[in-house]
Amino acid sequence: MPAIEAKGLERTFEGGVRAVAGVDLAIAEGEIYAFLGPNGAGKTTTVRILTTLLQPTAGSARVGGFDVVSEAGKVRRAIGVALQEAALDPLMTGRELIRLQATLHGLRRAEGQRRSDALLERVDLVDAADRQVGTYSGGMRRRLDLASALVHEPRVLFLDEPTTGLDPVSRRAIWREVSKLNEEGTTVFLTTQYLEEADRLADRVGIIDFGKIVAEDAPARLKAQMGHPHLEIRLLEAASAASRAEQVVSRFGKPLPSTDGAVLVEVERGAAEIAPVVRALDDAGLAVESLDLVEPSLDDVFVAKTGHHLEAGETEPEQPG
Amino acid sequence: MVAANLRVIGALAARSVKQTFRRPQLMAPILVFPTLLLAIQVGGAGRGVNLPGFPHVNGFLDFILAGAMIQSTLLAGNSGGIALAVDIEMGFTDRLLAAPISRFAIVLGRLAGTAALGALSALWFIALGLIFGARIAEGIPGALTMILFVTLSAIAFGGIAAAVALRSGRASVVQGLFPLVFVILFLSSAFFPAHLMLEPAATIARYNPLSFIVEGVRDPVISSLSLHAFAKALGSIALIASISIGLSALALRRRLRVGG
Repeated sequence: MPAIEAKGLERTFEGGVRAVAGVDLAIAEGEIYAFLGPNGAGKTTTVRILTTLLQPTAGSARVGGFDVVSEAGKVRRAIGVALQEAALDPLMTGRELIRLQATLHGLRRAEGQRRSDALLERVDLVDAADRQVGTYSGGMRRRLDLASALVHEPRVLFLDEPTTGLDPVSRRAIWREVSKLNEEGTTVFLTTQYLEEADRLADRVGIIDFGKIVAEDAPARLKAQMGHPHLEIRLLEAASAASRAEQVVSRFGKPLPSTDGAVLVEVERGAAEIAPVVRALDDAGLAVESLDLVEPSLDDVFVAKTGHHLEAGETEPEQPG
Repeated sequence: MVAANLRVIGALAARSVKQTFRRPQLMAPILVFPTLLLAIQVGGAGRGVNLPGFPHVNGFLDFILAGAMIQSTLLAGNSGGIALAVDIEMGFTDRLLAAPISRFAIVLGRLAGTAALGALSALWFIALGLIFGARIAEGIPGALTMILFVTLSAIAFGGIAAAVALRSGRASVVQGLFPLVFVILFLSSAFFPAHLMLEPAATIARYNPLSFIVEGVRDPVISSLSLHAFAKALGSIALIASISIGLSALALRRRLRVGG
């Protein structure tokens, strides 16, 4: 039985806006599934339906084996939810918030306190636990939000853009925690605008655009559909040497249209071709300024499937932190 | 199940009270404004007790104490509504809605918190009144009756603000009720006897349910507690509460249907 299942899920808002336009999902227990798409693609609306915060206008969905409309209460008991923008009360302390969450999930006082304390330790917020949330950094808020979603030990965890706006260090901390939770058996459904997040974390990625899933598979398989990696070569004397270099590298694979003065060649064997290509260029008397092996990215998949990129600011790769 | 929901309502009420104490802009209208108005009115209009036809009282403070309490509960209700709207705006309500609880417990938790603030306000004004020379004619039973009416009123008035908060989802809209509170108060017998007002204010005040509630709170202070006044006050509170809580339920149902 899938942990999350949706068939022809649709949601049209008052005024006729169709945010979700027929989404089918089958997510296995123990899987990390990433919903990748730009703002307004329908990610959050889908999550709101799956977490019973919103009713579908057509189609059906089951989470943890329960129907999201007719068995909404059972769904809520089975899931943990950390919504976009960490909806936390800035006037509550971290400890108060997790304990409230424990009460909301029907845990006895002593049990709620025990789990709250353990979770605060797990997300490294013990020292800040009695401070008001308003004084927390963005990363601390997300960790607290994640911890509060775990207080009742849910089987399925929904994370709506868990790292949006976070610095790289905080982002990595969330990634580590999500991976750990998944290793412990929790099914994770996350939405993201970050290609790298989907690529690194997810077992499978669903690319959503205008309310429809346009591609769905493991990140590696999606990228493999885009062809082989290519080498991007920059020469010291680019203008005069480019055509000679293209002749040389064409022995190793299919040349691609050059961009920005760089010579591009698709290489079937990836990194294994780097050394032979450098040697051949050297033998031809061409001085290489730089050489990069460029793997197909989920953005390439996104472009191929939707005809446009994820928004520029949202696709920037993470800088080492 | 009932016990679990009561625990949730209790936890949300406790949060609501703490939230009010931690946010001065929510606390000020409940205690500071009514206390200031009480001081100004007692100082400035205290000789009103000498007007022909004014009820027999030991002092103007005895008369106006009930008005200050009801003003405080009206504003406590409004503050509760603003806080609920802020919860909706910042997404905190979604956190509650995603939990396996009765969804109306969210409203009841907020109203229970407002009721606690109402009780606190009643205690504050009783203490203030006693310190500054007011006398409660009915003694401790009278004080308990006052606390009961003020607490129940807080629930009734809080329901109105909660309904507006749930319907609009915007704190600024609930804040817009603030001037209305004063219009309704001044068109009641909260600060001045209805029969001494000019028309049409006198007629409006005579039939304003707020007047019945104020008089139910005032009676134990200035005279004896009559069954008639008690029944009228309780009936008015019940009427307002049933309408306001009913409207809140409808607004919540709509919010859940359209998805906020």
